Amino acid sequence: MQRSQAIAGWAFSLPFVLVFLVFSAWPILWSLFMSFTNMTSRDLRDPFYVDFVGLENFARVLGDPDFRRAMLVTAAIAVVAVPVTIVVALLIAVALNRGIRRFKTFFRTAFYVPVVTSIVAIAVVWTLLFDRNGVVNGLLDTVGIDGPDWLGDTTWALPTVTLLVIWRLFGLIMVLFLAGLQAIPDDLYEAAEIDGAGTWRRLFSITVPLMVPSILLATVLLTVAIIQVFEEPYVITQGGPLGSTTSAAMYIFNEFGYGRYAAASAASYLLFAFIAFLSFLQFRLLRSRT
Amino acid sequence: MSAATDETVRPAPATGRDPDRLARVVLYALLLLGVVITLSPLVWTAASSFRPSGEILRQGSWLTGTWTGENFRALWSDPLFPRYFLNSVVVSAAIVAGNIVLASGVGYALAKLPFPGRRLVFGAVLVTFMIPSLMLFVPLFVTVAFLNMTNTYAGLILPFLVTPLGVFVMRQFIGQLPDELLEAARIDGAGEGRIFFRIVFPLCRPAIATVGILSFVTSWNNLLWPLVVAQREEMYTLPVALATLSSSEGAVSYGPLMAGSLVTILPIVIVFIFFQRYFVAGIASTGIK
Repeated sequence: MQRSQAIAGWAFSLPFVLVFLVFSAWPILWSLFMSFTNMTSRDLRDPFYVDFVGLENFARVLGDPDFRRAMLVTAAIAVVAVPVTIVVALLIAVALNRGIRRFKTFFRTAFYVPVVTSIVAIAVVWTLLFDRNGVVNGLLDTVGIDGPDWLGDTTWALPTVTLLVIWRLFGLIMVLFLAGLQAIPDDLYEAAEIDGAGTWRRLFSITVPLMVPSILLATVLLTVAIIQVFEEPYVITQGGPLGSTTSAAMYIFNEFGYGRYAAASAASYLLFAFIAFLSFLQFRLLRSRT
Repeated sequence: MSAATDETVRPAPATGRDPDRLARVVLYALLLLGVVITLSPLVWTAASSFRPSGEILRQGSWLTGTWTGENFRALWSDPLFPRYFLNSVVVSAAIVAGNIVLASGVGYALAKLPFPGRRLVFGAVLVTFMIPSLMLFVPLFVTVAFLNMTNTYAGLILPFLVTPLGVFVMRQFIGQLPDELLEAARIDGAGEGRIFFRIVFPLCRPAIATVGILSFVTSWNNLLWPLVVAQREEMYTLPVALATLSSSEGAVSYGPLMAGSLVTILPIVIVFIFFQRYFVAGIASTGIK
């Protein structure tokens, strides 16, 4: 019996183990190896015929002004998108949880739709809406504002990309917050109401303090997601104008596109170190919640 | 006495409720405005895809303009667009099927079968879970190129055939099934394969729905990996085709591009609306809740 279970266990696990070894474990180790070599696209036929260059790739990437700018761009997206997404998601979640009685499912579904929508498809309409002569500027024109060239201007391209990032993510965080809010007992609100606490007072004295763990978790999840932001800038601005929207992920993609596989690997590991640290933090937060 | 107090007390909550009702109406209005803003890019895409290309950029043609199915006809008669669609369908279907069948098997083994190395396999699941795809695509491309699988369905499908997310959801679900059920079948002499396919798998329907839907959404929308591995046009998936078309320098005709966007968005949105409770379940069971 024990033996047959052991055999069955391995038989059932085999597909995952194979996929894991070939398409996860091996590439990750290979990538580490690659980041210490001078591998380029020309070595694809003979990936083992490469020279060791030590830490040269890491030094080059860290010294590359393009990489530094990409990190700054990514940080700028995160600094704006993380708090805005959290505030928007929390307000909607609170409204849906206690503010209204009917159509909750409708609103939750509608706000979640962007999370499952193809960003590439949305990017097409986004570039039209934010065109120099697009709908957004048309609307601004009716209130007398002369809108900028959103995607062609180095000042405005990044905020426009960031807006798309927020659009895609807030529904996910809203659902996360809804789950957290449902765990808060009704008695607390009733007691506060009897004591004469108004809506805003209840929000800041009960809801927000009790939601701190959820908010921390959302911060980490959002940061990890935004460090990897690729599709939004890739499709609506191609990283431009003048690199003003080239994210860290796009930098890696570009290095890869130029055939500099070793440099791309080194940059991946630098980012990964950062993400791993945040993931560790996430696990700690999850554990402290349960 | 009691009747009298009732009469005097009753109007009080009614007047107290009035500002509440006003606030609620305002709240509904704000939420509705939020929905309109949130969904406007989708509505705009849908509406534009039925407009002639020349009218899409012109404003104010919302109600007065021409409606036409020409964009969809143009897409369908395009030499490659049906192929992009087919590629997306084949790749997503294979990944969904693989994750449902194979991941549930792994989940069963991890949840119910004591085999040597089980902790190691589960550790591999967790590690893979934490590796961002951004981290993986460069060496994964080198691996896939080494295996001569660029520009093939195998290259597009195999790396995502059994995702750690699928295994994780399945393991959590199967772990909740009572052991007695399996013991009874074992006493009756059923083998592990039979127990899995006849007893465990049919009971997993909610988890299968969750895994199926999550893997459908991620594979259908995936851009980075198909962009890297499909370099020949006939292997493009819908997102790759859209990204390439919309960022190409030449004159783009927006009509077919909008129609293509709608064709890309619609399958997911329909699946989502019909199965949305499984999405929420998916978020909950991956430990975020």
